Amino acid sequence: MIRFLAIARTEMLILKRNRWLVVATLIMVLFALALTFAGSAPTGTLGVDMLTVSVASMTTLSVYLAPLLALMISFDAIAGEADRGSLALLLSYPAGRGEVLLGKFTAQLAALAFAMVIGFGSAGAVAAWSGGAGSDSLIALARLICTSVLLGAVFLTLGYLISALAPGTTAAAGMSAGLWLIFVVLYDLGLLGAVVMDQGGAFTQSVFPWVMVANPADAFRVWNIAASDGVALSSGMAGAARALPDWAAPVSLLVWPVLGFAAARAAFRRVEP
Amino acid sequence: MTDNVLQIEQASKTRGKLRVLDAVSLSVAPGERVALLGHNGAGKSTLIKAILGLTPLSGGRISVAGTAPGSGSARAATAFLPEAVSFHPALTGREQLTLFSRLAGARADVPALLDRVGLADALDRRIGTYSKGMRQRLGLAQVLLGRPRVALLDEPTSGLDPISRQDLYDIIDELAGQGTAVLIASHALTEVEARTDRIAILRRGVLVADDTLAGLSARAGLPIRLRIRAREDAGAIAEQTGGRRVNGASVEILCSPAEKMEALRRVAAMGEAVTDIDITPPRLEDLYRHYAQEVPQ
Repeated sequence: MIRFLAIARTEMLILKRNRWLVVATLIMVLFALALTFAGSAPTGTLGVDMLTVSVASMTTLSVYLAPLLALMISFDAIAGEADRGSLALLLSYPAGRGEVLLGKFTAQLAALAFAMVIGFGSAGAVAAWSGGAGSDSLIALARLICTSVLLGAVFLTLGYLISALAPGTTAAAGMSAGLWLIFVVLYDLGLLGAVVMDQGGAFTQSVFPWVMVANPADAFRVWNIAASDGVALSSGMAGAARALPDWAAPVSLLVWPVLGFAAARAAFRRVEP
Repeated sequence: MTDNVLQIEQASKTRGKLRVLDAVSLSVAPGERVALLGHNGAGKSTLIKAILGLTPLSGGRISVAGTAPGSGSARAATAFLPEAVSFHPALTGREQLTLFSRLAGARADVPALLDRVGLADALDRRIGTYSKGMRQRLGLAQVLLGRPRVALLDEPTSGLDPISRQDLYDIIDELAGQGTAVLIASHALTEVEARTDRIAILRRGVLVADDTLAGLSARAGLPIRLRIRAREDAGAIAEQTGGRRVNGASVEILCSPAEKMEALRRVAAMGEAVTDIDITPPRLEDLYRHYAQEVPQ
Protein backbone atom coordinates (compact mmCIF):
# COMPACT_ATOMS: atom_id res chain seq x y z
CA MET A 1 0.00 0.00 0.00
CA ILE A 2 2.94 2.32 0.63
CA ARG A 3 4.06 1.79 -2.96
CA PHE A 4 1.12 3.45 -4.65
CA LEU A 5 1.59 6.44 -2.36
CA ALA A 6 5.23 6.64 -3.42
CA ILE A 7 4.12 6.72 -7.06
CA ALA A 8 1.37 9.24 -6.26
CA ARG A 9 3.87 11.51 -4.52
CA THR A 10 6.24 11.43 -7.49
CA GLU A 11 3.39 11.96 -9.97
CA MET A 12 2.24 14.99 -7.95
CA LEU A 13 5.75 16.37 -8.07
CA ILE A 14 5.76 15.98 -11.85
CA LEU A 15 2.35 17.67 -12.21
CA LYS A 16 3.58 20.59 -10.14
CA ARG A 17 6.88 20.84 -11.93
CA ASN A 18 5.63 20.67 -15.48
CA ARG A 19 3.15 23.41 -14.53
CA TRP A 20 0.12 21.20 -15.13
CA LEU A 21 -1.39 22.02 -11.77
CA VAL A 22 -1.03 25.76 -12.35
CA VAL A 23 -2.31 25.67 -15.92
CA ALA A 24 -5.33 23.49 -15.12
CA THR A 25 -6.26 25.67 -12.15
CA LEU A 26 -5.84 28.82 -14.19
CA ILE A 27 -8.06 27.47 -16.98
CA MET A 28 -10.76 26.57 -14.48
CA VAL A 29 -10.63 29.96 -12.74
CA LEU A 30 -10.71 31.94 -15.98
CA PHE A 31 -13.59 30.03 -17.57
CA ALA A 32 -15.63 29.90 -14.37
CA LEU A 33 -15.22 33.63 -13.76
CA ALA A 34 -16.00 34.50 -17.37
CA LEU A 35 -19.18 32.42 -17.30
CA THR A 36 -20.26 33.82 -13.98
CA PHE A 37 -20.04 37.38 -15.25
CA ALA A 38 -21.46 36.61 -18.66
CA GLY A 39 -24.33 34.62 -17.15
CA SER A 40 -25.31 37.18 -14.54
CA ALA A 41 -27.94 38.86 -16.74
CA PRO A 42 -30.99 36.56 -16.25
CA THR A 43 -30.88 36.74 -12.43
CA GLY A 44 -33.74 39.19 -12.17
CA THR A 45 -36.03 37.52 -14.68
CA LEU A 46 -35.77 34.06 -13.13
CA GLY A 47 -35.99 35.21 -9.55
CA VAL A 48 -33.01 33.22 -8.32
CA ASP A 49 -29.77 34.44 -6.80
CA MET A 50 -26.67 34.98 -8.83
CA LEU A 51 -24.82 31.95 -7.47
CA THR A 52 -27.58 29.65 -8.76
CA VAL A 53 -27.27 31.07 -12.25
CA SER A 54 -23.53 30.85 -11.98
CA VAL A 55 -23.71 27.17 -10.98
CA ALA A 56 -26.00 26.45 -13.93
CA SER A 57 -23.54 28.05 -16.34
CA MET A 58 -20.58 26.31 -14.74
CA THR A 59 -22.38 22.96 -15.00
CA THR A 60 -22.51 23.40 -18.74
CA LEU A 61 -18.87 24.43 -18.72
CA SER A 62 -17.78 21.49 -16.63
CA VAL A 63 -19.39 18.93 -18.95
CA TYR A 64 -16.85 19.98 -21.56
CA LEU A 65 -13.92 21.05 -19.46
CA ALA A 66 -13.67 18.30 -16.82
CA PRO A 67 -13.37 15.45 -19.36
CA LEU A 68 -10.98 17.50 -21.47
CA LEU A 69 -8.62 18.34 -18.59
CA ALA A 70 -8.76 14.76 -17.30
CA LEU A 71 -7.90 13.29 -20.69
CA MET A 72 -5.13 15.81 -21.24
CA ILE A 73 -3.49 14.77 -17.98
CA SER A 74 -4.00 11.04 -18.33
CA PHE A 75 -3.54 10.14 -21.99
CA ASP A 76 0.23 9.67 -21.77
CA ALA A 77 0.29 8.00 -18.34
CA ILE A 78 1.31 4.65 -19.84
CA ALA A 79 2.05 5.41 -23.50
CA GLY A 80 4.37 8.25 -22.44
CA GLU A 81 6.39 6.00 -20.16
CA ALA A 82 6.51 3.33 -22.84
CA ASP A 83 7.71 5.83 -25.47
CA ARG A 84 10.30 7.26 -23.13
CA GLY A 85 11.52 3.77 -22.32
CA SER A 86 11.03 4.07 -18.58
CA LEU A 87 8.10 1.66 -18.33
CA ALA A 88 10.10 -1.59 -18.33
CA LEU A 89 12.26 -0.38 -15.46
CA LEU A 90 9.26 0.79 -13.45
CA LEU A 91 7.52 -2.56 -13.95
CA SER A 92 10.61 -4.48 -12.88
CA TYR A 93 10.03 -3.12 -9.38
CA PRO A 94 7.81 -4.97 -6.92
CA ALA A 95 4.91 -2.52 -7.36
CA GLY A 96 2.08 -4.23 -9.26
CA ARG A 97 0.53 -2.68 -12.33
CA GLY A 98 -2.65 -1.94 -10.40
CA GLU A 99 -0.58 -0.10 -7.80
CA VAL A 100 1.22 1.92 -10.48
CA LEU A 101 -2.11 2.90 -12.00
CA LEU A 102 -3.67 3.67 -8.62
CA GLY A 103 -0.72 5.87 -7.71
CA LYS A 104 -1.00 7.90 -10.90
CA PHE A 105 -4.79 8.08 -10.52
CA THR A 106 -4.55 9.34 -6.94
CA ALA A 107 -2.16 12.15 -7.84
CA GLN A 108 -3.93 13.20 -11.02
CA LEU A 109 -7.36 13.14 -9.37
CA ALA A 110 -6.00 15.26 -6.54
CA ALA A 111 -4.66 17.76 -9.08
CA LEU A 112 -8.01 17.88 -10.88
CA ALA A 113 -9.88 18.28 -7.60
CA PHE A 114 -7.57 21.14 -6.66
CA ALA A 115 -8.24 22.90 -9.96
CA MET A 116 -12.01 22.38 -9.62
CA VAL A 117 -12.20 23.59 -6.04
CA ILE A 118 -10.16 26.71 -6.76
CA GLY A 119 -11.85 27.43 -10.09
CA PHE A 120 -15.50 26.89 -9.18
CA GLY A 121 -14.89 28.05 -5.63
CA SER A 122 -13.51 31.43 -6.67
CA ALA A 123 -16.25 31.96 -9.25
CA GLY A 124 -18.83 30.94 -6.67
CA ALA A 125 -17.36 33.34 -4.15
CA VAL A 126 -17.46 36.19 -6.61
CA ALA A 127 -21.08 35.38 -7.57
CA ALA A 128 -22.16 35.10 -3.93
CA TRP A 129 -20.44 38.32 -3.01
CA SER A 130 -21.89 40.37 -5.84
CA GLY A 131 -25.33 38.79 -6.23
CA GLY A 132 -26.12 36.91 -3.05
CA ALA A 133 -26.29 33.20 -2.27
CA GLY A 134 -28.71 31.02 -0.35
CA SER A 135 -28.03 27.72 1.35
CA ASP A 136 -29.58 25.95 -1.66
CA SER A 137 -27.19 27.54 -4.09
CA LEU A 138 -24.22 26.81 -1.82
CA ILE A 139 -25.19 23.15 -1.78
CA ALA A 140 -25.55 23.27 -5.57
CA LEU A 141 -22.03 24.66 -5.80
CA ALA A 142 -20.65 21.95 -3.54
CA ARG A 143 -22.48 19.35 -5.63
CA LEU A 144 -21.07 20.84 -8.81
CA ILE A 145 -17.53 20.58 -7.45
CA CYS A 146 -17.92 17.00 -6.24
CA THR A 147 -19.62 15.76 -9.40
CA SER A 148 -17.03 17.52 -11.56
CA VAL A 149 -14.29 15.69 -9.72
CA LEU A 150 -16.20 12.43 -10.28
CA LEU A 151 -16.62 13.23 -13.97
CA GLY A 152 -12.90 13.97 -14.09
CA ALA A 153 -12.23 10.61 -12.45
CA VAL A 154 -14.24 8.83 -15.16
CA PHE A 155 -12.19 10.39 -17.92
CA LEU A 156 -8.90 9.90 -16.10
CA THR A 157 -9.54 6.16 -16.10
CA LEU A 158 -10.68 6.24 -19.73
CA GLY A 159 -7.48 8.13 -20.52
CA TYR A 160 -5.45 5.32 -18.90
CA LEU A 161 -7.39 2.77 -20.91
CA ILE A 162 -6.51 4.60 -24.13
CA SER A 163 -2.95 5.05 -22.96
CA ALA A 164 -2.60 1.29 -22.45
CA LEU A 165 -4.22 0.40 -25.77
CA ALA A 166 -2.57 3.02 -27.99
CA PRO A 167 0.66 2.10 -29.78
CA GLY A 168 2.26 5.44 -28.86
CA THR A 169 1.78 8.84 -27.28
CA THR A 170 0.65 10.53 -30.49
CA ALA A 171 -1.95 7.85 -31.13
CA ALA A 172 -3.10 8.13 -27.53
CA ALA A 173 -3.56 11.90 -27.93
CA GLY A 174 -5.61 11.42 -31.08
CA MET A 175 -7.73 8.69 -29.53
CA SER A 176 -8.36 10.87 -26.47
CA ALA A 177 -9.62 13.70 -28.65
CA GLY A 178 -11.91 11.24 -30.42
CA LEU A 179 -13.19 9.85 -27.14
CA TRP A 180 -13.92 13.33 -25.83
CA LEU A 181 -15.81 14.21 -28.98
CA ILE A 182 -17.90 11.04 -28.80
CA PHE A 183 -18.86 11.29 -25.14
CA VAL A 184 -19.40 15.02 -24.93
CA VAL A 185 -20.75 15.97 -28.35
CA LEU A 186 -21.61 13.13 -30.73
CA TYR A 187 -23.43 10.94 -28.20
CA ASP A 188 -25.92 13.70 -27.45
CA LEU A 189 -26.31 14.56 -31.12
CA GLY A 190 -27.07 10.91 -31.88
CA LEU A 191 -29.64 10.75 -29.12
CA LEU A 192 -31.20 13.96 -30.31
CA GLY A 193 -31.49 12.52 -33.80
CA ALA A 194 -33.07 9.35 -32.43
CA VAL A 195 -35.61 11.33 -30.43
CA VAL A 196 -36.55 13.40 -33.46
CA MET A 197 -36.98 10.26 -35.60
CA ASP A 198 -39.03 8.56 -32.87
CA GLN A 199 -41.46 11.49 -32.62
CA GLY A 200 -42.35 10.99 -28.98
CA GLY A 201 -42.82 7.21 -29.19
CA ALA A 202 -41.79 4.43 -26.83
CA PHE A 203 -38.09 5.10 -27.29
CA THR A 204 -38.39 8.70 -26.18
CA GLN A 205 -40.61 7.79 -23.24
CA SER A 206 -38.79 4.86 -21.66
CA VAL A 207 -35.46 4.07 -23.34
CA PHE A 208 -34.02 7.47 -24.08
CA PRO A 209 -33.54 8.70 -20.48
CA TRP A 210 -31.63 5.52 -19.57
CA VAL A 211 -29.45 5.62 -22.65
CA MET A 212 -28.72 9.22 -21.88
CA VAL A 213 -27.82 8.69 -18.25
CA ALA A 214 -25.50 5.82 -19.24
CA ASN A 215 -23.15 8.46 -20.63
CA PRO A 216 -21.20 9.86 -17.66
CA ALA A 217 -21.22 13.38 -19.11
CA ASP A 218 -25.00 13.33 -19.32
CA ALA A 219 -25.31 11.69 -15.92
CA PHE A 220 -23.29 14.59 -14.56
CA ARG A 221 -25.67 17.06 -16.16
CA VAL A 222 -28.77 15.21 -14.96
CA TRP A 223 -27.49 14.89 -11.40
CA ASN A 224 -26.76 18.59 -11.09
CA ILE A 225 -29.97 19.64 -12.77
CA ALA A 226 -32.40 17.21 -11.18
CA ALA A 227 -31.16 17.93 -7.70
CA SER A 228 -31.73 21.65 -7.83
CA ASP A 229 -34.93 23.26 -9.10
CA GLY A 230 -33.21 26.58 -9.42
CA VAL A 231 -30.47 25.12 -11.61
CA ALA A 232 -33.02 23.16 -13.63
CA LEU A 233 -35.00 26.31 -14.15
CA SER A 234 -32.05 28.29 -15.44
CA SER A 235 -30.71 25.51 -17.63
CA GLY A 236 -34.06 24.57 -19.09
CA MET A 237 -33.42 20.87 -19.42
CA ALA A 238 -35.35 19.28 -16.63
CA GLY A 239 -37.69 17.16 -18.75
CA ALA A 240 -35.52 14.14 -19.33
CA ALA A 241 -34.20 14.18 -15.79
CA ARG A 242 -37.74 13.90 -14.40
CA ALA A 243 -38.30 10.60 -16.20
CA LEU A 244 -35.52 8.92 -14.23
CA PRO A 245 -35.38 7.78 -10.61
CA ASP A 246 -33.17 9.95 -8.40
CA TRP A 247 -30.47 7.32 -8.05
CA ALA A 248 -29.87 6.78 -11.78
CA ALA A 249 -27.44 9.62 -12.42
CA PRO A 250 -25.40 9.21 -9.19
CA VAL A 251 -25.07 5.47 -9.79
CA SER A 252 -23.91 6.03 -13.36
CA LEU A 253 -21.33 8.60 -12.31
CA LEU A 254 -20.08 6.47 -9.40
CA VAL A 255 -19.91 3.20 -11.34
CA TRP A 256 -18.08 4.63 -14.37
CA PRO A 257 -14.76 5.36 -12.61
CA VAL A 258 -14.71 1.84 -11.16
CA LEU A 259 -15.43 0.25 -14.54
CA GLY A 260 -12.96 2.55 -16.24
CA PHE A 261 -10.23 1.72 -13.77
CA ALA A 262 -10.86 -2.01 -14.08
CA ALA A 263 -10.75 -1.79 -17.88
CA ALA A 264 -7.59 0.31 -17.81
CA ARG A 265 -5.94 -2.14 -15.44
CA ALA A 266 -6.88 -5.10 -17.63
CA ALA A 267 -5.49 -3.35 -20.71
CA PHE A 268 -2.35 -2.29 -18.84
CA ARG A 269 -1.76 -5.87 -17.76
CA ARG A 270 -1.43 -6.88 -21.41
CA VAL A 271 1.12 -4.16 -22.21
CA GLU A 272 4.57 -5.57 -22.95
CA PRO A 273 7.12 -2.80 -22.53
CA MET B 1 21.67 -27.09 -9.28
CA THR B 2 19.46 -25.65 -6.56
CA ASP B 3 22.06 -23.07 -5.63
CA ASN B 4 21.60 -21.23 -8.93
CA VAL B 5 19.66 -18.11 -8.11
CA LEU B 6 18.77 -17.68 -11.76
CA GLN B 7 17.75 -20.83 -13.59
CA ILE B 8 16.52 -20.89 -17.18
CA GLU B 9 15.38 -24.24 -18.57
CA GLN B 10 14.46 -24.81 -22.21
CA ALA B 11 13.05 -21.30 -22.49
CA SER B 12 11.31 -20.77 -25.83
CA LYS B 13 9.46 -17.83 -27.24
CA THR B 14 7.79 -17.46 -30.60
CA ARG B 15 6.54 -14.25 -32.14
CA GLY B 16 4.36 -15.13 -35.08
CA LYS B 17 6.46 -17.56 -37.09
CA LEU B 18 9.73 -16.31 -35.69
CA ARG B 19 11.39 -18.29 -32.96
CA VAL B 20 12.92 -15.57 -30.83
CA LEU B 21 14.18 -17.95 -28.16
CA ASP B 22 14.69 -21.64 -28.89
CA ALA B 23 15.12 -23.94 -25.90
CA VAL B 24 17.61 -21.72 -24.10
CA SER B 25 19.01 -23.17 -20.88
CA LEU B 26 21.26 -21.01 -18.77
CA SER B 27 21.93 -20.63 -15.08
CA VAL B 28 23.76 -18.10 -12.97
CA ALA B 29 25.03 -18.83 -9.46
CA PRO B 30 25.27 -16.24 -6.68
CA GLY B 31 28.36 -14.09 -7.13
CA GLU B 32 28.85 -15.18 -10.72
CA ARG B 33 29.22 -12.71 -13.58
CA VAL B 34 27.93 -14.07 -16.87
CA ALA B 35 28.15 -12.23 -20.18
CA LEU B 36 25.34 -12.73 -22.65
CA LEU B 37 26.55 -12.04 -26.18
CA GLY B 38 24.78 -12.03 -29.51
CA HIS B 39 24.00 -9.94 -32.56
CA ASN B 40 21.22 -7.40 -32.52
CA GLY B 41 17.99 -9.38 -32.61
CA ALA B 42 19.62 -12.57 -31.32
CA GLY B 43 17.17 -12.64 -28.43
CA LYS B 44 19.21 -11.10 -25.60
CA SER B 45 16.69 -8.43 -24.65
CA THR B 46 13.80 -10.86 -25.03
CA LEU B 47 15.51 -13.28 -22.66
CA ILE B 48 16.02 -10.49 -20.12
CA LYS B 49 12.39 -9.41 -20.43
CA ALA B 50 11.31 -13.01 -19.92
CA ILE B 51 13.43 -13.19 -16.76
CA LEU B 52 11.74 -10.00 -15.55
CA GLY B 53 8.32 -11.49 -16.29
CA LEU B 54 7.55 -8.66 -18.71
CA THR B 55 6.98 -11.03 -21.59
CA PRO B 56 5.54 -14.55 -21.29
CA LEU B 57 7.41 -17.61 -22.56
CA SER B 58 5.92 -19.99 -25.11
CA GLY B 59 7.71 -22.93 -23.50
CA GLY B 60 10.19 -23.89 -20.82
CA ARG B 61 10.54 -22.29 -17.44
CA ILE B 62 12.55 -19.68 -15.62
CA SER B 63 13.07 -19.47 -11.91
CA VAL B 64 14.36 -16.35 -10.18
CA ALA B 65 15.43 -16.92 -6.58
CA GLY B 66 13.20 -19.98 -6.58
CA THR B 67 10.06 -18.18 -7.76
CA ALA B 68 8.33 -17.52 -11.07
CA PRO B 69 9.47 -14.47 -13.04
CA GLY B 70 7.25 -11.44 -12.52
CA SER B 71 6.04 -12.61 -9.12
CA GLY B 72 6.37 -10.13 -6.29
CA SER B 73 9.26 -11.94 -4.65
CA ALA B 74 11.07 -12.44 -7.97
CA ARG B 75 10.80 -8.74 -8.70
CA ALA B 76 11.96 -7.88 -5.20
CA ALA B 77 15.04 -10.08 -5.75
CA THR B 78 15.89 -8.63 -9.16
CA ALA B 79 17.57 -5.43 -10.23
CA PHE B 80 17.42 -4.33 -13.84
CA LEU B 81 19.32 -1.80 -15.91
CA PRO B 82 17.57 -1.39 -19.26
CA GLU B 83 19.39 -0.55 -22.45
CA ALA B 84 19.44 3.24 -22.88
CA VAL B 85 17.82 3.77 -19.49
CA SER B 86 15.46 6.73 -19.27
CA PHE B 87 13.66 8.62 -16.53
CA HIS B 88 11.15 11.43 -16.26
CA PRO B 89 13.09 14.58 -17.16
CA ALA B 90 11.25 16.76 -14.62
CA LEU B 91 12.49 14.80 -11.60
CA THR B 92 15.84 15.22 -9.92
CA GLY B 93 18.21 12.31 -9.44
CA ARG B 94 17.46 12.28 -5.73
CA GLU B 95 13.68 12.20 -6.27
CA GLN B 96 13.87 9.44 -8.86
CA LEU B 97 16.07 7.26 -6.71
CA THR B 98 13.92 7.92 -3.64
CA LEU B 99 10.89 6.67 -5.59
CA PHE B 100 12.72 3.50 -6.64
CA SER B 101 13.95 2.96 -3.12
CA ARG B 102 10.39 3.18 -1.77
CA LEU B 103 9.10 0.87 -4.49
CA ALA B 104 11.82 -1.65 -3.68
CA GLY B 105 11.02 -1.35 0.01
CA ALA B 106 14.67 -0.58 0.67
CA ARG B 107 15.73 2.07 3.13
CA ALA B 108 18.58 3.27 1.00
CA ASP B 109 20.92 6.14 1.68
CA VAL B 110 20.17 7.93 -1.58
CA PRO B 111 22.90 10.60 -1.43
CA ALA B 112 25.51 7.95 -0.63
CA LEU B 113 24.37 5.80 -3.54
CA LEU B 114 24.51 8.70 -5.97
CA ASP B 115 27.93 9.56 -4.61
CA ARG B 116 29.00 5.96 -5.25
CA VAL B 117 28.19 6.30 -8.95
CA GLY B 118 29.73 9.75 -9.19
CA LEU B 119 26.55 11.82 -9.28
CA ALA B 120 26.95 13.61 -5.94
CA ASP B 121 27.09 17.02 -7.66
CA ALA B 122 23.97 16.36 -9.71
CA LEU B 123 21.85 15.15 -6.79
CA ASP B 124 19.29 17.94 -7.01
CA ARG B 125 19.47 18.71 -10.69
CA ARG B 126 16.69 17.65 -13.01
CA ILE B 127 17.36 14.51 -14.99
CA GLY B 128 16.43 16.46 -18.11
CA THR B 129 19.77 18.25 -17.78
CA TYR B 130 21.79 15.02 -17.41
CA SER B 131 24.07 13.68 -20.12
CA LYS B 132 23.55 10.15 -21.44
CA GLY B 133 26.41 8.88 -19.31
CA MET B 134 24.92 10.48 -16.20
CA ARG B 135 21.56 8.83 -16.86
CA GLN B 136 23.33 5.52 -17.25
CA ARG B 137 25.04 6.11 -13.88
CA LEU B 138 21.71 6.92 -12.29
CA GLY B 139 20.39 3.69 -13.77
CA LEU B 140 23.29 1.86 -12.19
CA ALA B 141 22.60 3.50 -8.84
CA GLN B 142 19.10 2.04 -8.82
CA VAL B 143 20.59 -1.41 -9.49
CA LEU B 144 22.50 -1.08 -6.24
CA LEU B 145 19.34 -0.45 -4.20
CA GLY B 146 18.62 -3.06 -1.59
CA ARG B 147 21.22 -5.74 -2.37
CA PRO B 148 19.55 -7.56 -5.27
CA ARG B 149 20.09 -11.31 -5.63
CA VAL B 150 19.98 -11.12 -9.42
CA ALA B 151 21.14 -8.17 -11.51
CA LEU B 152 20.25 -7.98 -15.21
CA LEU B 153 22.25 -5.38 -17.10
CA ASP B 154 21.32 -4.72 -20.73
CA GLU B 155 24.18 -2.99 -22.55
CA PRO B 156 25.33 -1.26 -19.37
CA THR B 157 28.31 0.52 -20.90
CA SER B 158 26.63 1.99 -23.97
CA GLY B 159 27.23 5.73 -24.00
CA LEU B 160 29.85 5.67 -21.26
CA ASP B 161 33.36 7.06 -21.61
CA PRO B 162 36.30 4.72 -20.90
CA ILE B 163 36.77 5.86 -17.30
CA SER B 164 33.07 5.46 -16.55
CA ARG B 165 33.19 1.97 -18.06
CA GLN B 166 35.98 1.09 -15.70
CA ASP B 167 33.96 2.44 -12.76
CA LEU B 168 30.94 0.49 -13.90
CA TYR B 169 32.79 -2.81 -13.97
CA ASP B 170 34.24 -2.04 -10.53
CA ILE B 171 30.68 -1.66 -9.27
CA ILE B 172 29.65 -4.88 -11.01
CA ASP B 173 32.55 -6.67 -9.31
CA GLU B 174 31.38 -5.24 -6.01
CA LEU B 175 27.85 -6.50 -6.65
CA ALA B 176 29.13 -9.97 -7.48
CA GLY B 177 31.36 -9.80 -4.41
CA GLN B 178 28.33 -9.40 -2.17
CA GLY B 179 26.72 -12.47 -3.76
CA THR B 180 24.60 -11.03 -6.55
CA ALA B 181 24.25 -13.13 -9.69
CA VAL B 182 25.03 -10.75 -12.56
CA LEU B 183 23.93 -11.26 -16.16
CA ILE B 184 25.35 -8.70 -18.59
CA ALA B 185 24.06 -8.46 -22.15
CA SER B 186 26.68 -6.67 -24.16
CA HIS B 187 28.36 -5.94 -27.47
CA ALA B 188 31.53 -4.65 -25.87
CA LEU B 189 33.54 -7.85 -26.21
CA THR B 190 36.88 -6.62 -24.95
CA GLU B 191 35.38 -5.37 -21.69
CA VAL B 192 33.36 -8.48 -21.10
CA GLU B 193 36.37 -10.68 -21.83
CA ALA B 194 38.29 -9.39 -18.86
CA ARG B 195 35.50 -8.77 -16.39
CA THR B 196 33.20 -11.79 -16.46
CA ASP B 197 33.43 -15.38 -15.26
CA ARG B 198 31.49 -17.06 -18.02
CA ILE B 199 30.31 -16.27 -21.50
CA ALA B 200 27.04 -17.29 -23.13
CA ILE B 201 26.41 -16.64 -26.80
CA LEU B 202 22.98 -16.47 -28.39
CA ARG B 203 22.57 -16.91 -32.12
CA ARG B 204 19.08 -16.37 -33.52
CA GLY B 205 17.48 -17.46 -30.28
CA VAL B 206 19.69 -20.52 -29.82
CA LEU B 207 22.29 -20.68 -27.08
CA VAL B 208 25.38 -21.78 -29.02
CA ALA B 209 27.96 -21.42 -26.28
CA ASP B 210 28.04 -21.27 -22.50
CA ASP B 211 31.47 -21.67 -21.00
CA THR B 212 34.49 -19.88 -19.56
CA LEU B 213 36.74 -18.05 -21.98
CA ALA B 214 39.32 -20.86 -21.74
CA GLY B 215 36.67 -23.50 -22.29
CA LEU B 216 35.27 -21.71 -25.32
CA SER B 217 38.74 -21.30 -26.67
CA ALA B 218 39.59 -25.00 -26.29
CA ARG B 219 36.31 -26.14 -27.81
CA ALA B 220 36.58 -23.80 -30.76
CA GLY B 221 40.12 -25.03 -31.46
CA LEU B 222 41.01 -21.71 -33.03
CA PRO B 223 44.66 -21.31 -33.97
CA ILE B 224 47.15 -19.41 -31.88
CA ARG B 225 48.96 -16.71 -33.75
CA LEU B 226 52.76 -16.48 -33.48
CA ARG B 227 54.36 -13.41 -34.93
CA ILE B 228 58.07 -13.62 -35.48
CA ARG B 229 60.25 -10.63 -36.22
CA ALA B 230 63.24 -11.53 -38.33
CA ARG B 231 66.64 -9.87 -38.02
CA GLU B 232 67.40 -9.92 -41.73
CA ASP B 233 65.76 -12.42 -44.01
CA ALA B 234 62.08 -12.81 -43.23
CA GLY B 235 61.59 -14.76 -46.42
CA ALA B 236 63.88 -17.54 -45.25
CA ILE B 237 62.12 -17.85 -41.93
CA ALA B 238 58.78 -17.98 -43.67
CA GLU B 239 60.05 -20.79 -45.82
CA GLN B 240 61.51 -22.69 -42.85
CA THR B 241 58.44 -22.44 -40.63
CA GLY B 242 55.77 -22.64 -43.28
CA GLY B 243 54.47 -19.27 -42.10
CA ARG B 244 53.29 -16.25 -44.00
CA ARG B 245 55.17 -12.98 -44.45
CA VAL B 246 53.08 -10.12 -43.16
CA ASN B 247 55.36 -7.17 -43.79
CA GLY B 248 58.98 -6.64 -44.59
CA ALA B 249 60.43 -8.13 -41.44
CA SER B 250 57.73 -10.29 -39.84
CA VAL B 251 56.34 -13.77 -40.32
CA GLU B 252 53.06 -15.04 -38.94
CA ILE B 253 52.46 -18.67 -38.04
CA LEU B 254 49.08 -20.12 -37.13
CA CYS B 255 49.16 -23.24 -35.00
CA SER B 256 46.76 -25.22 -32.85
CA PRO B 257 47.10 -25.04 -29.05
CA ALA B 258 48.65 -28.52 -29.08
CA GLU B 259 51.33 -27.54 -31.57
CA LYS B 260 52.26 -24.33 -29.82
CA MET B 261 55.30 -25.55 -27.81
CA GLU B 262 56.66 -27.48 -30.76
CA ALA B 263 56.47 -24.37 -32.94
CA LEU B 264 58.13 -22.27 -30.26
CA ARG B 265 60.98 -24.73 -29.95
CA ARG B 266 61.59 -24.58 -33.67
CA VAL B 267 61.61 -20.79 -33.61
CA ALA B 268 63.95 -20.74 -30.60
CA ALA B 269 66.31 -23.03 -32.47
CA MET B 270 66.74 -20.39 -35.16
CA GLY B 271 68.77 -18.39 -32.67
CA GLU B 272 69.99 -14.94 -33.74
CA ALA B 273 67.84 -14.83 -36.88
CA VAL B 274 64.79 -14.06 -34.73
CA THR B 275 64.70 -10.81 -32.75
CA ASP B 276 61.22 -10.97 -31.20
CA ILE B 277 58.16 -13.16 -30.94
CA ASP B 278 54.56 -12.34 -29.97
CA ILE B 279 52.04 -15.00 -29.04
CA THR B 280 48.39 -14.11 -29.46
CA PRO B 281 45.81 -16.62 -28.22
CA PRO B 282 42.38 -16.36 -29.89
CA ARG B 283 40.55 -13.38 -28.49
CA LEU B 284 36.91 -13.24 -27.56
CA GLU B 285 36.27 -11.41 -30.79
CA ASP B 286 37.56 -14.39 -32.75
CA LEU B 287 35.63 -16.81 -30.56
CA TYR B 288 32.50 -14.74 -30.88
CA ARG B 289 32.87 -14.72 -34.64
CA HIS B 290 33.38 -18.46 -34.57
CA TYR B 291 30.33 -19.26 -32.44
CA ALA B 292 27.93 -16.57 -33.54
CA GLN B 293 28.47 -16.93 -37.27
CA GLU B 294 28.90 -20.67 -37.53
CA VAL B 295 26.54 -21.92 -40.23
CA PRO B 296 23.69 -23.88 -38.65
CA GLN B 297 23.54 -27.50 -39.78
